[in-house]
Amino acid sequence: MQNVLAYFSQNGTEFVQMVATHLWLSAVALALATVIAVPLGILGARFRRLDSVSEGVWGTLRIIPSLALLLVLIPVLGTGTLPAVVSLTVLAIPPILINTTTAFKTLPADVLEAAEGMGMPPARELLTVKLPLALPVAFAGFRTATSEVIASAMLAAYIGAGGLGDLIFTGLGLMRTDLLWIGGLSVAALSLAVGALLSLAEARMRRRAGMVAA
Amino acid sequence: MGAYLEFWSEHAEKFLDPLAEHLQIVGVTLLISVALAAVVSVALLRHPRAKGVVLQLLSAVYAIPSLALFAVLIPVTGLGESTAVLVLVAYNQYLLVRNIVTGIDGVDPSVVEAARGMGMSDARILREVQVPLALPLIMAGLRLAVISTIGIATIAATINAGGLGTVLFDGLRTLNSYKIVGGTLECALLAIVANAALRLLESAVTRRVVR
Repeated sequence: MQNVLAYFSQNGTEFVQMVATHLWLSAVALALATVIAVPLGILGARFRRLDSVSEGVWGTLRIIPSLALLLVLIPVLGTGTLPAVVSLTVLAIPPILINTTTAFKTLPADVLEAAEGMGMPPARELLTVKLPLALPVAFAGFRTATSEVIASAMLAAYIGAGGLGDLIFTGLGLMRTDLLWIGGLSVAALSLAVGALLSLAEARMRRRAGMVAA
Repeated sequence: MGAYLEFWSEHAEKFLDPLAEHLQIVGVTLLISVALAAVVSVALLRHPRAKGVVLQLLSAVYAIPSLALFAVLIPVTGLGESTAVLVLVAYNQYLLVRNIVTGIDGVDPSVVEAARGMGMSDARILREVQVPLALPLIMAGLRLAVISTIGIATIAATINAGGLGTVLFDGLRTLNSYKIVGGTLECALLAIVANAALRLLESAVTRRVVR
């Protein structure tokens, strides 16, 4: 316990830096994944051929162990931040894509018919009707992706990208219990906190989408 | 490409021994996980009021990144395979218990009522009616557990539990592409084959239930 306090008084800035790197890596990967996965997911809901192809590709990627995904690019991209971000992005795409497609496939037909009956142009229908209705389910995929990325970003430390994983790998190397606990507990707290926050946001979206549908 | 094949065949044991270790970790973990999940599920079916709380708790454990859980447990349970198996079993409880309980809750109550009317005991209803009908969902849970165990077990190499992770981490330390690529392929293939095999089993079970 004393060691833990000593660590924070001596390495406070370093710790904050590691949390910041961790969040930054995760955020960049999630943003990239969203930008790629949402349009692909929307297209997948419309074109069945594309859907079955991307389901095969991303479904397979999804079951490959994350550590393997994180390391496979090293012979090509080397170590550091770039391969970490690319791998984390690849890891985050499947849940977002699959949920986006599901969301757009299961939109209530009567609401869409009403929108078309009102003479809404397709672009406006997408933005004002389809997107808000699909948001909760698609967002649930984003939530899954976030928890996977925050967890795997720890492994990114191993390929030289920094983040809270550094603490754990240093702790393992030196067998320092204090570092292991600080690292382990902060990542656990981080992922639980972000998970809870996103769950709240999702519940709010659900309520709002429910009002639109009703 | 030729150089890769040459390295792999010359050092086949460096890839096959960790694979055997990996399979052993996964096997032991699944045996313990399934046994424990069965006990927990039966307890939850007997005490439905505890269901929400217990599932919430298991899902919170499941949400903790594995490396974090390993790190926190090492000072308590030490390095090695037993800590790895402990963590892997803990993760599987959420996947298995959730699917068992949801599956059994989803069995048509009128079927259970009919079985009871025929004078079946609760234990017999569970064994001969509820579990067989819930089997598709239970098998789906098992498949998720197997895939997740295969994946997380690679990370267990960081705490000296052995397995395919050792190939990856060794390759990374020495920047040996043969090991990194070979290990990655091994992990990926293992997960893909296990997934396909369990999917086959799942659809066979589902067909039987539907009939």
